[in-house]
Amino acid sequence: MSTKQPDNFGFGEDETMLRDSARKFFTDNCGADKLHALVAGDFNPHRESECNWDRDLWRQVVELGWTAACIPERAAGIGMPRVAAVALAEEAGRVAFPSPLLATFMASFVLEACHTAAADQMLEAIAMGKPVTLAIADIAGSPEEVETDVRVGADGCLSGSVCLVQDARKCDALVVSAGSETGTGLYLVDLGAEGVEIVPDHIIDLTRDQASIRFDGAAAIEVGAPGSAKAVVEAALPAILCVLSADMVGAGEWLLQTTVEYARTRIQFDRPIGFFQAVKHPLVNVMIEIDDARSLTYNAACAADVGADHALRLARMAKSRASDMAVFSASRAVQFHGGIGFTWECYVHLFFKRQMHSQTLLGDGRHHRHLLAEELISSAA
Amino acid sequence: MAQAQHTDTAEQNEFRAYCREWLENNHPGWPDVPLPQGALELSDPAALEWLQGWQKSAFEAGLIGCDYPSEVGGGGRENCQLIANEEMLAARTPYLPNLIGLGMAAPTVFFHARDSVKQDLLPKLFSGEEIWCQGFSEPGAGSDLANQQTFARRDGDNWVINGHKVWTTLAHFASWMILLCRTDKEDKYNGLSYFVVPIKEALGKGVTVRPLIKLTGETGFNEVLFDDLIVPDEYRLDEVGAGWKVAMTTLSHERGAGPMVTPASGGMSTKEESGVSTGSPASLIALAKTQARGGKTAADDPLLRDEIVKLIIRRQAFRQNERRARVSALTDHPMRIPLQNKLVSSELNQDVAQLAYQIQGAASSLSVADERAPDGGQWQLAYMNSFGITIAAGTNEVQRNILGERVLGLPKSK
Repeated sequence: MSTKQPDNFGFGEDETMLRDSARKFFTDNCGADKLHALVAGDFNPHRESECNWDRDLWRQVVELGWTAACIPERAAGIGMPRVAAVALAEEAGRVAFPSPLLATFMASFVLEACHTAAADQMLEAIAMGKPVTLAIADIAGSPEEVETDVRVGADGCLSGSVCLVQDARKCDALVVSAGSETGTGLYLVDLGAEGVEIVPDHIIDLTRDQASIRFDGAAAIEVGAPGSAKAVVEAALPAILCVLSADMVGAGEWLLQTTVEYARTRIQFDRPIGFFQAVKHPLVNVMIEIDDARSLTYNAACAADVGADHALRLARMAKSRASDMAVFSASRAVQFHGGIGFTWECYVHLFFKRQMHSQTLLGDGRHHRHLLAEELISSAA
Repeated sequence: MAQAQHTDTAEQNEFRAYCREWLENNHPGWPDVPLPQGALELSDPAALEWLQGWQKSAFEAGLIGCDYPSEVGGGGRENCQLIANEEMLAARTPYLPNLIGLGMAAPTVFFHARDSVKQDLLPKLFSGEEIWCQGFSEPGAGSDLANQQTFARRDGDNWVINGHKVWTTLAHFASWMILLCRTDKEDKYNGLSYFVVPIKEALGKGVTVRPLIKLTGETGFNEVLFDDLIVPDEYRLDEVGAGWKVAMTTLSHERGAGPMVTPASGGMSTKEESGVSTGSPASLIALAKTQARGGKTAADDPLLRDEIVKLIIRRQAFRQNERRARVSALTDHPMRIPLQNKLVSSELNQDVAQLAYQIQGAASSLSVADERAPDGGQWQLAYMNSFGITIAAGTNEVQRNILGERVLGLPKSK
């Protein structure tokens, strides 16, 4: 298989159609007003941990085939390239969609890289709509070491705990890395099983849920070859970083367009505030950063699709630029909305909080630049 | 896994192979005279002459003007200039001296001049035999370009031109100038007209060219004074009063956002082994490894490492944006990326050169004249010269206005 990338990043007719239908679906069903009503009912900063989402929309997403899109044909999926998942993640980010979509994409990339019968069986279930999440990060959020505090007992059951599990309460199952005598492997756990306790985090992002999960003799199936967690996760990591970056690109574009619309209509000093270069020029800078992150994300996803060796390097570039852009787009949106942007009733904070959450997940910009420097600077002769 | 493969056409494939083979056998090597970092700083006639020789041979081989029709001296090909550029870049050939002509005058003349003028002027422009310059900026018309005061008065079949142009790159070598000037004092935008003007033959007879010295101490640009210069009406482009529209063709190409791809050679001013590729963040790594810092090297400083990688990422993003701009399904607004081209590339180059100052520390105080200067002091020179590009072709502040207004739809600043 050639590792040369197609000029169009692999966005053929099918991928473009899928993207356009997703945009229409979200436009029809997921306005920011509905999102606010769904997730922002309780403004108390000490509120109980929440998990607000629309299960009926998820059922429709499954019917539209989004969970099957990038599952390989060997596991009864459609077998589209990873750029299709990236396109869907971007559209989901554009409406800050509360759902297990991103988590399920990430888990499926890991399962696909396992190449075992058990993993393929779970991929079939995902294609049919089973939401699955992933636990590979350490407490700092780094996905590199795949070391968790979970141990596999002599009976094959899991004990210990994992943190930073995304959308855990929306999912039915979990792929988790756990240590055993044969090294660190990958295991599949039913989140409703005995000995599994979901301990929700209290998070700022209203559009996701996050939890630690405690295992106390929980039954598990090993889905990867023994000791293969690190290699499998490394193979899946480019696509994982890409869907997260794409979510930030989509959310960034919503923040940009919403702020531009406000700047066109909000009158001060007898003029729309977008007339003033102190507002206009930073908005252009936001646009430039979004475009950078978007192109880098497509490039990295396409590299992963053609099996290029340096796909992970390109994905770290995408995640780094997207994370920095996420912070910038979020801060400028609040700032340029002025007083109204500082309120709970303005929808901007929903996207602001999602961006600030996404940028740290699986390593922030600086984390990935540090690893890129190790690769590009230290190894350069 | 089904996916559409967008690859080169048969014509492009065949042309790429041809270019590669030709360049293998015909790389001009390097001259005995020193070359400045780019054509914008050309002041030595011997350097110009050597570069003209290179441009002529590349033109005669069909690597320049590929996408223009053969009637005007072009190659009559389709989407092949990009291929030639990629191959010349890969072959690290020297830059092309007639860059104002190729980048701005050629597409403007091609889209707006009468046929006889195109056929007469474009072949010698492509070959580099005739150098071109651009008469746009004036002392009172910089960012506010439409505030032109140079005036062309109609006199039968001729026009009589009086006025003062500034920052005119290569005017001291130029045979021709593309000239934007006023023909109606009552109407700011619709009172402008556009001409091609033979300035070399009128030197001392209506045209005076005086060098201006850049902040680097180099020259390369000039002021040009017109004193009753007579130009035949044949050299007017488009209608009287349509100058602003014609100027937009020039500016869109100058900013990398026009329909014609500008011929571009490797852009190297020196041999690879002794030179600095000041546009390249990767070459910052080599510099950093040679600069001592706190018992280690600058390449071990975590803050500098972070900054270097940031620039490498931005360079990669720039390339990928250019790639995405060619896929219409992946661009929300057709001009969104093209209009960023000049702004983003010039700031990236400036930031790369500025970081080289930080990497060198106090050694960045050394000029090109000091033999102990790292990389021959070329980074410092590149940093100073980088402002030429962040200012030219509409300052980057004007570029941000254009992007904010035309792409984002924000209210106009004027």
